[in-house]
Amino acid sequence: MDLKATFISGRTVDQGCNLENKTSKAYFDAAGYCEMNSADAGKLGVKPGNNVKVTTDFGSVVVPLKICEGNPDGLIFIPMGPWANAVVDPNTCGCGMPGYKGIPAVVNPSSDTAPTMQQLMARLK
Amino acid sequence: MIIKDVLCPFCGCLCDDLAVEVENNKVVDVKHACKIGASKIRGHDRIKAPMMRDDKNGEFREVSYEEAINESARILAKSKRPLLYGWANGLCEMMKKGILLTEEVGGIIDNTASVCHGPSALGVHEKGLPTGTLGQFANRADVVVFWGCNPVQAHPRHMGRYSVFNKGFFANKGRRSRKVVVFDVRKTDTANLADEYVQVKPGEDYMVLSALRAIVAGKGDVVPDTVGGVPKEKLAEVAETMKAAKFGIVYFGMGLTQSRGKYKNIDNAVSLITELNAHGKHSIIPMRGHYNVTGFGNVCAWETGFINAVDMSRGYPYYNPGETCSNDLLMREEIDAAFIIAGDAGAHFPAQSIARMGKVPVIQVDPFHNPTTEMANIVIPTKVSGVELEGTAYRMDGVSLRMRKLVDVDFPSDEEVLDKIIAKVREIKGASS
Repeated sequence: MDLKATFISGRTVDQGCNLENKTSKAYFDAAGYCEMNSADAGKLGVKPGNNVKVTTDFGSVVVPLKICEGNPDGLIFIPMGPWANAVVDPNTCGCGMPGYKGIPAVVNPSSDTAPTMQQLMARLK
Repeated sequence: MIIKDVLCPFCGCLCDDLAVEVENNKVVDVKHACKIGASKIRGHDRIKAPMMRDDKNGEFREVSYEEAINESARILAKSKRPLLYGWANGLCEMMKKGILLTEEVGGIIDNTASVCHGPSALGVHEKGLPTGTLGQFANRADVVVFWGCNPVQAHPRHMGRYSVFNKGFFANKGRRSRKVVVFDVRKTDTANLADEYVQVKPGEDYMVLSALRAIVAGKGDVVPDTVGGVPKEKLAEVAETMKAAKFGIVYFGMGLTQSRGKYKNIDNAVSLITELNAHGKHSIIPMRGHYNVTGFGNVCAWETGFINAVDMSRGYPYYNPGETCSNDLLMREEIDAAFIIAGDAGAHFPAQSIARMGKVPVIQVDPFHNPTTEMANIVIPTKVSGVELEGTAYRMDGVSLRMRKLVDVDFPSDEEVLDKIIAKVREIKGASS
């Protein structure tokens, strides 16, 4: 099952608390997850803690699922950080700012393991 | 010992009422701070010593400060297009030195605003910024709008100190003195505390702003039944609320700067304020992230004439954000070295731009191991500004304040490291000219 969604990223308190603690499990827990509402999770057949794969035109990433009922149908959220960066749009449209919000995405259930921060960075060098 | 009136070195609120208990040169308690500020002041594991490696996939080896600084200077001096990025997590005194170093090496200096409120600056270039201070807003605002920002999560004390729950001189009943409206694409914790939540479709803020402008200007007949997913009746209601304000304030965040429209959203939001000023007194202000990102904009403006993304390769400051901002430079594979200080490009740039950092020498100056460290060849640990070092920082409204030092440590400051790199660069360039 696929879920067509719109991706956004953003700050959270826990992500902020671990900004200087980015090698820790706490940072992974704070920034390495994907949030959607329970109706969307139901359509995908996934439960909180199950891994999902988020894919955009710019990359893909596997992260655990969290539920947030504040998200409207079809809106998914990953906190700002290396996991979100794997799928954001690098095009700045001539103003310096990449597209961190409003990116078309597809979500699938995944049996892969979510990468650590170090594993994500290792892909880039 | 309890140190009072401590400033918080986390976000642009720069809360100045913290009480920090220090025993034996260690922070043991932090009072009045939010969870994020307290976490920062309490501290995390540090990088213990300077480190270098030739192969980015290899292991770091500990080196002396002298060796790390000399090698950093050598890389920067021989580089043709170095990027010097970060700065917002440091003090104004070091920013001034950073601009000098950029000039010495003919590089490009850019700060974290380019992936935060950089587009806001472009909007301000187009339309100006009818703004004020947090003190004015705290004392006067009776209609408070949060647009594309979520202070409950990102600026946790903002609503309590400056914008919603606080009692002000003219808004003397606190929360009951104010109408709070939230525009966002999802129902955030901030939206849950509002009187009105307006759910906008992702990427359609510009249209909603335009519709509000039309309604406020008395031209509501041109507005269709639904705009950006919002019924016209709801927009008309909110427009009436805003028009009725004695003092209205719009706080805005990444929901406007990072979504479709980017700086044009800000341009349009400022135009809405202009329309509203025909009815009452209205202001608008960006919710700045790092505690001193506003400081960099100010220091850079008085040193170079521009607020960020300044290219010094011509021998004079040149600014063209789509060309000289970090992500554009990286995506064009233009830079041949990166100097990252007081900001974590590795954690906050798109993967494709970070991949360019994987191909060039990267020097990192930072107290903490983070994703930039993973891409670095040289790492130079320094003091935590605002905890281990005093100096100047600018609150999100442009008010400059003095950060305090709470504990002593043996690490050098960012400014000391920059001074030494500048001296070495001059020595290398002098010898080769």
